[in-house]
Amino acid sequence: MATLAAPRPAPAPAPPTYREITRDVAATLGKPGRAYYVLLGFVVSVLAVGVFALLHQIRYGLGVAGYRPPVQWGVYITTFVFWVGIAHSGTLVSAILYLFRSAWRTAVYRTAEVMTVFAVLTAGLFPLIHVGRIWYAYWLIPYPNQRQLWVNFKSPLLWDVFAVTTYLTVSSIFLIVGLIPDIASVRDVASGWRKKLYRITALGWRGTDQQWRHYTRAYLYLAALATPLVLSVHSVVSWDFAMSIVPGWHTTIFAPYFVAGAIYSGCALVITLLVPLRKAFKLERYIHEDHFENLAKLLLLTGMLVGYAYAAEYFIAWYSGNDYERSSFYFRAFGDYWWATWTMIICNGFLPLFLWFKKIRRSIPAMFVLSLFINLGMWFERFVIIVVSLSHEYEPYAMGHYTPSWVDWSILAGSFGWFFMWFLLFAKNFPMVSIAEVKEIIPMPRREAAHP
Amino acid sequence: MKRHPPGVLAAFQHVDAAARAIRQLKSLGYRNLTVYAPVPNYEVLQAVGHPVSPVRVWTLIGGVAGCLSGYAMTMWMSYDYPIVVGGKPLGSIPPYIVIMFELTILLGALATVAGLVYHGIRTHRAAAYDPRFTDDLIGIFVPVAPERWTAVEQALREAGATEVRGEA
Repeated sequence: MATLAAPRPAPAPAPPTYREITRDVAATLGKPGRAYYVLLGFVVSVLAVGVFALLHQIRYGLGVAGYRPPVQWGVYITTFVFWVGIAHSGTLVSAILYLFRSAWRTAVYRTAEVMTVFAVLTAGLFPLIHVGRIWYAYWLIPYPNQRQLWVNFKSPLLWDVFAVTTYLTVSSIFLIVGLIPDIASVRDVASGWRKKLYRITALGWRGTDQQWRHYTRAYLYLAALATPLVLSVHSVVSWDFAMSIVPGWHTTIFAPYFVAGAIYSGCALVITLLVPLRKAFKLERYIHEDHFENLAKLLLLTGMLVGYAYAAEYFIAWYSGNDYERSSFYFRAFGDYWWATWTMIICNGFLPLFLWFKKIRRSIPAMFVLSLFINLGMWFERFVIIVVSLSHEYEPYAMGHYTPSWVDWSILAGSFGWFFMWFLLFAKNFPMVSIAEVKEIIPMPRREAAHP
Repeated sequence: MKRHPPGVLAAFQHVDAAARAIRQLKSLGYRNLTVYAPVPNYEVLQAVGHPVSPVRVWTLIGGVAGCLSGYAMTMWMSYDYPIVVGGKPLGSIPPYIVIMFELTILLGALATVAGLVYHGIRTHRAAAYDPRFTDDLIGIFVPVAPERWTAVEQALREAGATEVRGEA
């Protein structure tokens, strides 16, 4: 293929030295400025609104959310699927691209991984909020009890419990294990209370031969375990719907369709986060147009898959000859919720087509704007699948309409506050660019030229 | 932290020089070297020449244990309090595969971390350290009695060490 590739116009600037990498990344952990506190204050107040709405719901019951039969799954489950989906690209970038030995991931994978952990942390709240009586949430876990009752392992909702808990555990492990050498690096240049914090959290890391020997193996196997896990988690989430007989849900395409959509939305949020992050932390030297272009290519691929899935869904609804299925899909496009459907189709099916143009893939402002639209579209995709299908099932007398109440919207907003609060706190206290892995792709200096 | 034994600590800027020093020290019969590197460098680790880490055995055992416990748990619980759901057999393997799969990954990952911690502690050796070893220098610590420091220091310098010092 080498003969087909266009020659690179400008030679790449000299790579940073190891010392510069350590200093540049450690510099992001300094004393935060005023803007940081303002932003943190803002997201915490958004979170407070969500907490207030939740307390209101706990006090007066689930009725204060907009649920009316037949639509009993609304904004909460939509937001749950949205955040679980967001999480997926983090593991894709950190584990799958690690196994493929793709070098560009090193500069961006920490951000993606942090996003993953906090997105799962956010997602995990929603089934609990959704069940209403949060204090009985432990009933989901198979634990020995007086009546000797066990959970129903044939239910996809229980598979979800196992999949999401496993995902939260494994992605946290992966993040923490990846952080250890970097924390040691910043420990050795930090001072004051931070040095104390890093001394404890570096767990005695010094980069000895034995430590690297066990570490590199463990990391490889963790990546190998995380790779099938990421594909399974959103498949399991999709089976929450596909295992039922609701028209619009009961299709075999759901698992790959959801996985592609998850990676699509996740990559979009990675871009949304990276653009301000690289500006604020002055990381332009490490995260540049090439990274955005590679992420854009992932967006383009998964966006085309998602677009194909939309088309296939409509085609099968028509081709099946099933009246209920046809009616459900007609209702999607032209019924009460036509605006949600068309938002989803335009944002996810058509806007990514701009990514065929290299100019847009390499333009950071354009990518930022596009990523916001894609996230909007992906939230609406889940809304359309969940709410629109439920409000238009088999029996016309049992059809209904769902309007989210202020409680639904506040808790949705609160989830963003929750996510960004963790993200901001993490970003200022732990390295957001992997020091060791960025160094790893730059060869160490040699005395004599390497043998060819 | 335990005091380290007396020895010589050397710092290298160049990866090939460090690898050469390690090979030379090994051929001179020095054992229990501690080599520090800011990145897992293939050349240096090759010179040190450890066998493959046993952490992978932990992953395998954890994964198999997770899969089996997933099977055992779902089947036992289904028969312990038999309730027919959806007209399906009490012990239905296909839906339980999801649980078995998730537990394979979960216990596999937890066992990997346990193995990492266990072997990290087991193979830990007290040695002198310099904070620049997580930055841009490769370090070698040779535990050796003070009377032989001069010989070791010379060997390290000849191999290309940029800094050498005795650590009591």
